[in-house]
Amino acid sequence: MKKIYLTIIYLFFYLPIAILIFYSFNNAEYSLVWHGFTWSWYQELFDDTALWIAAWHSFVLGIAAATAATIIGLFAAVSLYRYQFFGRNFFNAVIYALILTPEIVTGASMLLLLALLQLRLGFFTLFLAHASFCIPFVIVILYSRLVSFDKNIFEAAKDLGAEDGLIFRQIIIPLLWPAILAGWLMSFTLSLDDVIISYFVSGPEFQILPLQIYSMVRMGIKPEINALCSVLFVVTMGLVISAQFALRKKT
Amino acid sequence: MKHANYFKSFSLITIWIWLFLFALLPFALMLIASVLSHDENTIVRLPFTFSNYTELNRLLYIHIFWRSLVIATIATTLCLLLGYPFAFLIARLQSKWKNFLILLIIIPFWTSSLIRSYALIALIKTKGVINAVFLALGLIHQPFLLLFTNTAVMIGLVYNLLPFMILPIMTNVERLDNRLIDAARDLGANQLTIFRKIIIPLTMPGIIAGCILVFLPAMTIFYIPDILGGAKSILIGNVIQNQFLIAQNWPFGSAISAVLTLLLATFILIYRFVSRGNKKEEWL
Repeated sequence: MKKIYLTIIYLFFYLPIAILIFYSFNNAEYSLVWHGFTWSWYQELFDDTALWIAAWHSFVLGIAAATAATIIGLFAAVSLYRYQFFGRNFFNAVIYALILTPEIVTGASMLLLLALLQLRLGFFTLFLAHASFCIPFVIVILYSRLVSFDKNIFEAAKDLGAEDGLIFRQIIIPLLWPAILAGWLMSFTLSLDDVIISYFVSGPEFQILPLQIYSMVRMGIKPEINALCSVLFVVTMGLVISAQFALRKKT
Repeated sequence: MKHANYFKSFSLITIWIWLFLFALLPFALMLIASVLSHDENTIVRLPFTFSNYTELNRLLYIHIFWRSLVIATIATTLCLLLGYPFAFLIARLQSKWKNFLILLIIIPFWTSSLIRSYALIALIKTKGVINAVFLALGLIHQPFLLLFTNTAVMIGLVYNLLPFMILPIMTNVERLDNRLIDAARDLGANQLTIFRKIIIPLTMPGIIAGCILVFLPAMTIFYIPDILGGAKSILIGNVIQNQFLIAQNWPFGSAISAVLTLLLATFILIYRFVSRGNKKEEWL
């Protein structure tokens, strides 16, 4: 009984994806019936220059945004963990609120900020928005790992005369690096998949993959999208699995 | 201390700049824009006005707000009913596959919900898998219309948001102290009493976190109604997106966003107030 229920839910989660991947190899444009195996949709995907450009843009954007988000998130998590500073509770509350803010509100308010700063929509605006919306997630991942550490390590280092910068470089980063890696991978994944915020802050000159997929999906179903979505699903699944392994690793 | 703590100053300055520039300022701008005017040539301009908010008072927008609330509530309820037993069973599973099974829930939590919504289309379209299977089994004689209906939007929301309900509840159930359940059983409580008096109250923080994490996006993921729903399926998220990017009426879009944020913040505060006896949420 229990097993049946669990199986049904897992099927609900994965059957649509399995069907999507299955049909991406079907040798027919619209048919449900199996017409034999083909690579041709992947071939078409491979030959689509616009998509390659968008994929490259997304890749560069993801790396830049994830790196910036991880660095700032690291400073924030360490500060929240080690210091009692003025406004600490307020800072915490805003992080919590930022994670809960609907993406559409984040996107719209970010657009207002970019308009105020008179920035042209493109790579840089996407970078600012993506880095910024990933930071709270990095903070939560890193902070929850930091609280599992033995506080005495830091006290001992301090007694031996280490200043905070040295403690940060010599103790925190080496101990925390699996979580840092996980935070980076999660940010990269979030950036790679984000539709809503990107929709607000991107311009015509810098096309990115999730928006390209969105417009393709809206225009109609083509087997090429099946192939593209299959590839992307497998890639992000790989990233998530790597991040989980990094987090589970004992330090 | 002899020397200034450069590291501390540097960290604190960096993170406060980020918080002010990218979290507080944009939100303040949204509030300001919501009381500015708009005409065809300029996106935002003076004078200050409350007309954006009075405009919202029209039946059309009240209707869309109401519909979004109803749909988000139904989606949250469905996720809770489907997700709670699932989270409970997985959390208490004794199996060498347990970590793998949990990973299978984490994957949809982080992977693109656009791609996963798209994957649903092949399943529910008129010539899709579900209709084909039902027709073949003789359960139906005519394919039923599912895609581009409100039902499709609901399926899409539940499909995408279910992991957000499962994960916080699962974390909570895992922390449940078995001795409490044993003690209750020894004192003669039956299964139902144990569930009602012990398990539900102790997992309440997870339930609340899950409900918040499902309810908020359910009102605003504009691409799910867009690709799965019909013309009448639009939710409040679609209106905001439309005002900002198509109608180019930023003040009005800002006013809708402000009201939405206020509404959602009120819900969260009520939830937090109600659940104040419980410990902090630790769901991520």
